[in-house]
Amino acid sequence: MSGMTDFLENLGARVTGAVHRLGFASRFLLLTLRNSGLCFRRFSLVVREMYFAGVLSLIIILVSGLFVGMVLGLQGYDTLVRYGSSSALGVLVALSLVRELGPVVAGLLFASRAGSAITAEIGLMKVTEQLAAMEMMAVDPISRVIAPRFWAGVISMPLLAAMFSAMGVFGGYLVGVRMIGVDEGSFWSQMQAAVDFQEDILNGVIKSVVFGVAVSWIAVFEGYDAPPTAEGVSRATTRTVVTSSLTILALDFMLTAFMFRGD
Amino acid sequence: MMKRKALDLWVGVFVAIGLGALLFLALKVGDLASYSTTETYLVMANFDNIGGLKKRAPVKSAGVVVGRVENIGFDTETYEATVALSIDKRYEFPRDTSAKILTAGLLGEQYVGLAAGGDTAKLKSGDKLKITQSAVVLENLISQFLFNKAAEGTKDGK
Amino acid sequence: MPTIPATDNLVEVENVNFAYDTRQILKGVNLNIRRGQVVAIMGLSGCGKTTLLRLIGGALRPTQGEVRVAGKAVAKLSHEERFALRRRMGMLFQFGALFTDMSCFDNVAFQMREHTDLPEELIHDLVLMKLEAVGLRGAHHLMPSELSGGMARRVALARTTALDPMLIMYDEPFAGLDPLSMGVIVALIRRLNDALGATSIIVTHDVAEALQLVDYVYFMSDGVIVAPGTPDELRASDKPFVHQFVYGETDGPMPFHYPADDYARDLYATDAA
Repeated sequence: MSGMTDFLENLGARVTGAVHRLGFASRFLLLTLRNSGLCFRRFSLVVREMYFAGVLSLIIILVSGLFVGMVLGLQGYDTLVRYGSSSALGVLVALSLVRELGPVVAGLLFASRAGSAITAEIGLMKVTEQLAAMEMMAVDPISRVIAPRFWAGVISMPLLAAMFSAMGVFGGYLVGVRMIGVDEGSFWSQMQAAVDFQEDILNGVIKSVVFGVAVSWIAVFEGYDAPPTAEGVSRATTRTVVTSSLTILALDFMLTAFMFRGD
Repeated sequence: MMKRKALDLWVGVFVAIGLGALLFLALKVGDLASYSTTETYLVMANFDNIGGLKKRAPVKSAGVVVGRVENIGFDTETYEATVALSIDKRYEFPRDTSAKILTAGLLGEQYVGLAAGGDTAKLKSGDKLKITQSAVVLENLISQFLFNKAAEGTKDGK
Repeated sequence: MPTIPATDNLVEVENVNFAYDTRQILKGVNLNIRRGQVVAIMGLSGCGKTTLLRLIGGALRPTQGEVRVAGKAVAKLSHEERFALRRRMGMLFQFGALFTDMSCFDNVAFQMREHTDLPEELIHDLVLMKLEAVGLRGAHHLMPSELSGGMARRVALARTTALDPMLIMYDEPFAGLDPLSMGVIVALIRRLNDALGATSIIVTHDVAEALQLVDYVYFMSDGVIVAPGTPDELRASDKPFVHQFVYGETDGPMPFHYPADDYARDLYATDAA
């Protein structure tokens, strides 16, 4: 019986702890936003971080996008051909990518590649007292270290998602038109007719921006908050990937429900 | 340590590719190209039943897209659906043009089809289409079919 | 530019208490450090030495009492004033804390580039001069990961003194160094202090080096100063704690054994609880 009360106490403590942490993280986000002035005055700081977050994620995004598109092409054709609608393959591939797979999968990949790297880097700077040293030299580490990485992530995400979707469409084209033999004309024309700029593409971009903010926020916060030990940093890195992934999926549901209500 | 210039170059390439991808999606994959900044004029049409017609659904005539559904409203006096159609200024229609709500394919999206009449006077912005045909609602069709079948049956005395 | 106060003390710590959560770390610390002095704060790990340094640097606020640097209470300074004060202080962290993503040159140049409008040519010369003072001008292009521990700490020292601070603080500067590097650091601390006309505070538990180098020592234990004095006074001290510390005795007021039950009982215990 005491095991039960212990369990409930534990659960309660963990929930309050989580809420506490969320509050702390929110204040941290506000602090980051307030101290972002330097990022705009010295944009080179952001550019530098965009190299590490964005450019170095290019390969994995492009290759994954290609493969996802190709699989969509294969699977989509298999299903559509049963209803004699194989000419709608372009529609299926494009809408799946632009609305969902582009932002979500690119977001997940970004979280695991760039997000974890950001957390590890900031955590390591904390362990080796580089952040404290910066503070002692009267340079605000939030402005100089945290904010540029945050904004780099926010800017890179939509670009990566767009690249993912574009590569995916190309992959679907390769498989559908080139390999299987779906009519090229109807592939593109039906796609163009079905994919609406405002409804589909713009919404996809909005999703990827939201995901970018979420992942970047989580990554910089976990790094900054990591216990200054090797174990602490490694656990923070794992937490970034897990929390970002779950957050992306949850946000995706909320945004999809909101955007694609079908009115 | 990456030199500043090389770093800037790569980030520039990255952003360029990203924007290129966005442009590709918008133009090739989506319909931004036909997303006209062309001028349109508004024409109203009332329907008893619009079925599954949505905003931004195409307005076609002879199968060609000539405009979009701008707005869908409800008239509380006549209990009819009021649909506002924005038609490309390039295409003029006679005043006795009729509007039908059709379905693309068997189970596809619904759109508004315009059939031109013979009037020499043209529609102006704000005019209302007099002849409209509502959407075919599947349930009504089925019940009508069954009703007809049943009527036939009783006629034969069964 | 703050005016030079009448008093000769650069740092004054008055009745300072500091608690972290519920743990009382400092319990009424009093000390004064005169300009130009090299002072050591010694004690076992956990006695509050590093906390004291951070209080002086303004990174922490005392729960009671006051810390004054150059006559101004650090805790009461506005954000801008505190940053202005920090520009005239330098802190050397335990393992250097060099920024790993930039070269040694850029590390030393960091403060100059951030806080001054000096042209790059002048910064270039200044950085090389600072590195020359610590004997590492030839390594200016290396990255911190390519340096040995001793070299990294010397570069960090050059970085700390980049803007000619009036107060230099050292957090365990001798920890983990080989004898040669240790000798170099010891010599540099004294040389830099006198050359810059600065005041230095060294937190350490390396007794031999500290007593050899400094003008004055503050011994801390359990959150209070227990034995202030000059190195000679401390070597001659008959206080058991000081004696044990200075001569590295294994047993004394700080017991060798961690509190435990009776030895015999522990060995021969059968199925206790």
